[in-house]
Amino acid sequence: MMKNRRSLFERIAGAPYVAWSAMFIIAPLLFVLYFAFTDRNGSFTFENILSLTSYSQTFVMSLAFSLIATTVCLLIGYPLAYCMSKTSERVRGILMVLLMLPMWISLLIRTYSLMALLDNGGLVSTLLVKLGFEKLTFIGTDGAVILGMIYDFLPYMVLPIYTSLTKLDKRYIEASADLGCNPLQTLIKVMLPLTMPGIISGVTMVFVPSISTFYISQKLGGGSFDLIGDTIERQFQNAVTYHTGAAISLVMMILILISLAIMNKFSDNDEEIIV
Amino acid sequence: MIKRVFSFILILLLIACISLPLASCESDETVTTLYVYNWGEYISDGSEGTLDVNAAFEEYCADVLGMNVNVNYSTFSSNESMYAKVSSGSAVYDVIIPSDYMIERMISEDLLSPLDISKIPNYQYIDEKFKGENVYYEGESDNIYSVPYFYGMIGVIYNTSIVSEDDAALQSWNLMWDKKYERDILQFNNSRDAFGTALYRRGYDVNEATDEEWITALNDLKEQKDIVQGYVMDEIFNKMSSGSAAIAAYYAGDFLTMYENNDELAFYYPKEGTNSYIDAMCIPKNAESYDLALEYINFMCQTDVAIANAEYTYYASPLTTVVNDEGYRETMSEVHEDAIEILYGDMSESVPTQAYLNLSPERLSFVNDLWEELKVESGIRPGIYITCGVILLCLLALVVSHAIKKKIRNNY
Amino acid sequence: MKFLSRFYIFIIFAILYAPIFVVILFSFNASGDLSSFSGFTLHWYSELFRDGQALIALKNSLIIAVTSSLFATIMGTFAAFSIAHSKNKYYQKTMKAVSNIPMMNPDIVTGVSMMLLFVGVASILGFKNSLGIWTMIIAHTTFNLPYVILSVLPKFKQMDKNLIEAALDLGCTPVQTFFKIEVPCILPGILSGLMMSFTLSLDDFVISHFVSHPDIQTLPLYIYNQTAHNVKFSMYALCTLIIVTIFLLLVAVNLMGSKKKKVPQTKKLTGGVSR
Repeated sequence: MMKNRRSLFERIAGAPYVAWSAMFIIAPLLFVLYFAFTDRNGSFTFENILSLTSYSQTFVMSLAFSLIATTVCLLIGYPLAYCMSKTSERVRGILMVLLMLPMWISLLIRTYSLMALLDNGGLVSTLLVKLGFEKLTFIGTDGAVILGMIYDFLPYMVLPIYTSLTKLDKRYIEASADLGCNPLQTLIKVMLPLTMPGIISGVTMVFVPSISTFYISQKLGGGSFDLIGDTIERQFQNAVTYHTGAAISLVMMILILISLAIMNKFSDNDEEIIV
Repeated sequence: MIKRVFSFILILLLIACISLPLASCESDETVTTLYVYNWGEYISDGSEGTLDVNAAFEEYCADVLGMNVNVNYSTFSSNESMYAKVSSGSAVYDVIIPSDYMIERMISEDLLSPLDISKIPNYQYIDEKFKGENVYYEGESDNIYSVPYFYGMIGVIYNTSIVSEDDAALQSWNLMWDKKYERDILQFNNSRDAFGTALYRRGYDVNEATDEEWITALNDLKEQKDIVQGYVMDEIFNKMSSGSAAIAAYYAGDFLTMYENNDELAFYYPKEGTNSYIDAMCIPKNAESYDLALEYINFMCQTDVAIANAEYTYYASPLTTVVNDEGYRETMSEVHEDAIEILYGDMSESVPTQAYLNLSPERLSFVNDLWEELKVESGIRPGIYITCGVILLCLLALVVSHAIKKKIRNNY
Repeated sequence: MKFLSRFYIFIIFAILYAPIFVVILFSFNASGDLSSFSGFTLHWYSELFRDGQALIALKNSLIIAVTSSLFATIMGTFAAFSIAHSKNKYYQKTMKAVSNIPMMNPDIVTGVSMMLLFVGVASILGFKNSLGIWTMIIAHTTFNLPYVILSVLPKFKQMDKNLIEAALDLGCTPVQTFFKIEVPCILPGILSGLMMSFTLSLDDFVISHFVSHPDIQTLPLYIYNQTAHNVKFSMYALCTLIIVTIFLLLVAVNLMGSKKKKVPQTKKLTGGVSR
C-alpha cells in the first residue's frame, strides 16, 4: 500500500517535466524538421536540404575556423591549466576567481571590448602608429574572427582541464618518474590520458559555441565572414526564409552530434588504454 | 544551510516583488501603450540636452488628451529586418517608419492601414512635392498610407586625411572600388542598398535591371568584397568617426552626424546617380491603437517636435515649417557650413536620382539569392585551410596510433 | 622553471584582461573616443541613468531570471526525484537523454527551434503577438532545466536510502518524506542548481535574441542593440558596472565558500542515521 502510493507520487512528480520537455524540447525540434522538409505552401520537399550545397563554403569555413580556434585554445590552455595547478593553494584561489570572471561576463561585452581595443581607431593601433609602425587593419580579417573565438572561449577550455589536473593523483606522476620516465614522457604517457575527460569537455565547450557563433564574426569579421551562425541568423532575422534557416540548423545540429560522438569514442578508447 | 537557502529564495522573491509591481504598476490605471518601431538613431531621444520626443508625447497625451500613454519605442537597423518582424506576426506595432519601396511592398501585401488624414491636421505642412501624384507609395486607390518623416539621398563619405583629393574629385562610385584603399571601404549590409551602389555605378536602372545586369552587379560586389573592410549598417558611425574606415556610402543626414565627431570627413553625391529615399510613418493593419497612432504621427509633424528631430538626426525634413525655420537653418549651418546645401540645395539636385521601387516577388527572391551568394563568398587565406589540414592530419595520426597500440596490446 | 610558469600565467591573464580594463578605463574618458585618454569624467554614468533604457532592461532581465530559475528549480527537482526513484531503466535513460538535448545543442539551434514553435503555434491559434515576455520565460526555463537536474540528481544518488525507508516505516506519507527528509538532504544541489540557472538566464543572449519581442529587452539584448548602432559611451559605463558587480559577487561567493570548510550539515544528518 505504502509502496504503491510512493510510486504514484513519483510518477506525478515527474509528470510536469515530462510534459514540459515534450512541449518545449521535443516539439521545437519537430518544428525544425517540419520547416526543413516543407516549402512555403507546406508540401513535402527535399529542396531546402538540397539547396544547401550553395552554402558548402560556409560550412567548410566555419569548421575550419572553429577547429583552429579549438586547437589553439587547447595548446594555450593546457599549459596554463598545468601552471595553475602547480601554484600554491592561496594563489590558486585568486587565479580561479580571475579565470571565472571572464566566463561570467557576457560574451557580448568581451567581444565588443576586444574589437574596441583592436580597431583601427582604437588604443593598440594608435599606439602602434605613434611608435612609428605601419597602420595595419586587423578588424575584418579571418585572423580577427579566429582570435575572437580563442579570446572568448579560452577560459572554457582551461577550467575543465584545470579541474581534472587538480584531481589527478600525484602518486601516478611520482611513480612514472620513479620508473624512469622523463617529464615529457610522463606528460604524454600518464598525464594526458588521465586528464582526457577534462580535455574532451574543454574541447566540446570551445568547439560547439565557436562553430555556431554569429556575434564574433559580425563584430570582428566586419560582416565579411559569414559563419553558419550568421547565415542562420540572417534567415530568421532579416529575410523571412524560415525553411532554408531550419534546414541549415538541422544540418548543423547533425554535424555537431557527429563530432561529439567521434570525440566521445576517442575518450572511451583512452579509458580502455588507461585500464 | 537551510537558513541560507531560504534567505536566498527570500531575496529572489523580494527582487521579484520589487520588480513585478514596476512592470505591472502601469496596468493598474488604464494606460495605453503605443508601440513605435523606428530606425536606430532616428529620433530626438533627450540625450545631451535635446528634447525627448517620446516623453514629450506622453506628456502631451496626459495634458491635452487626458490619456495615460506609454510609448514603447524600439528600433531596427534595416527595412528587411523590420519586415521580417512585422510580417511574421512575431511583433505588433502601432507606428512603423519604413522606407518607400518597403512601404510599397507592405501595401501590396496588405500589411498597412490607410490613414485618416483628417485626424492629422499637420499633414498640410508637408511639402507639396511629397503629395498627390508625386508620391508613388500611396497605393493605387486614393488612400494615403504614409506620412513622410524624413527624406534624403545616399552619398559617398570619405576621410580627407586618407583619400587623396584627386580621387575624391572624380565624384564617382568608383572610389568604393579603388584598390588603393583596400580594407578602408565599408559597404551596406542590406541587399537593396549594396546592389544599388553597384547598379548606379554601372549606370543601370535599379528597378528595371535585367538578369544579366544584376549578375554583373553581383560580380562587381564580389570583386569589391576582397577590398572592403566590412558590411555594416549603423556601426558605420563609430568606424567613420574614429577613422577606422575611410570610405563608405551612407545617408546624407548621417554624414553630418559623423562630421560633428570628425571634421576630416567629406561628402559628395556620385555623379553617376544615386538613390533618393523617403522614410514615412505608417500604421500596420494589425495595430492595436489606431487613433493614438494617428495622434502620434500628427505630433511628429508638429513644428517644434519636427525641428527637434531634424536637429537631432540631421536628415532633410519634408515639412515646410521646418525647412523655412531660421533657427533651424542656422543650427544646421553651424554643424556643417554646407549642411543646408547638402540636404535641400543645389548639391542634392546636381546628380540624377532614382528611388527604389518595390520589386516583384520573383525578382525579390532572385535578388535575395544573389545576396546570399555574395555573403557566402569568402576570401579567407589559404593558410587557414593549410593549418586546418595539418590539424586534421595530426588528429588522424593520433587516432591511428592509438588504434595500433591497442591492437598490439590486445595481441599480448 | 617556476619563474617561467608564473610568467606564462601572467601573460595569458594580462591578454585576457586587457580589453576589459580598456572598457573600464575608457568609461571615464572625457573626450568620448577610444584612441587616447584625455581626462576623467563621470558624465557617461549620469547619461546612462538619465536614459532609463538600461534600467528597464535590467528590470526585465531580473524578472525573467528570477521566474525562470524558480520554475526550473522546482520542476527540475521533482523531475530528478522521479528519475532517481524510478525502477524503470528505460524511463531513466530517455529522461536523461532528453534533458541532455538543450545542453548539447548549440544555443542558436535551441533559439531557432523555440522561435519556430512559438510563431507556428501562434499562427495556428491565431494570436497576434507571438513573442513576448512569456515566451522568454518559457525558453529560459527550458534551457535551465537540464542544469538543475544535473546538479540535483547526484545528490539523490548519494542519499542514504535507509532514511526514506525509516521515514515511511515511521508513518510519514510519501509527500511528507519528500519534504522532510529528502529535500533537506539534497538542498545543496537545489541551491547550486538555482544559482546556476539564475546566472545562466541573466547571461543568455543567443536564445533571447530569437524568442524575444523587440520591445522586451534584457541587458544582453540591450547591449547587442547598442553595439549595432552608434555606440554611446554610456554603454561602456554600463559594461563597467556589470563587470564590477560580477567581480564583487564572485569574490563574495568565494569568501563564503572558504569560510564553510566545516562538515556540511547534510553529511552530518545522513552520517548520523546510517551509523
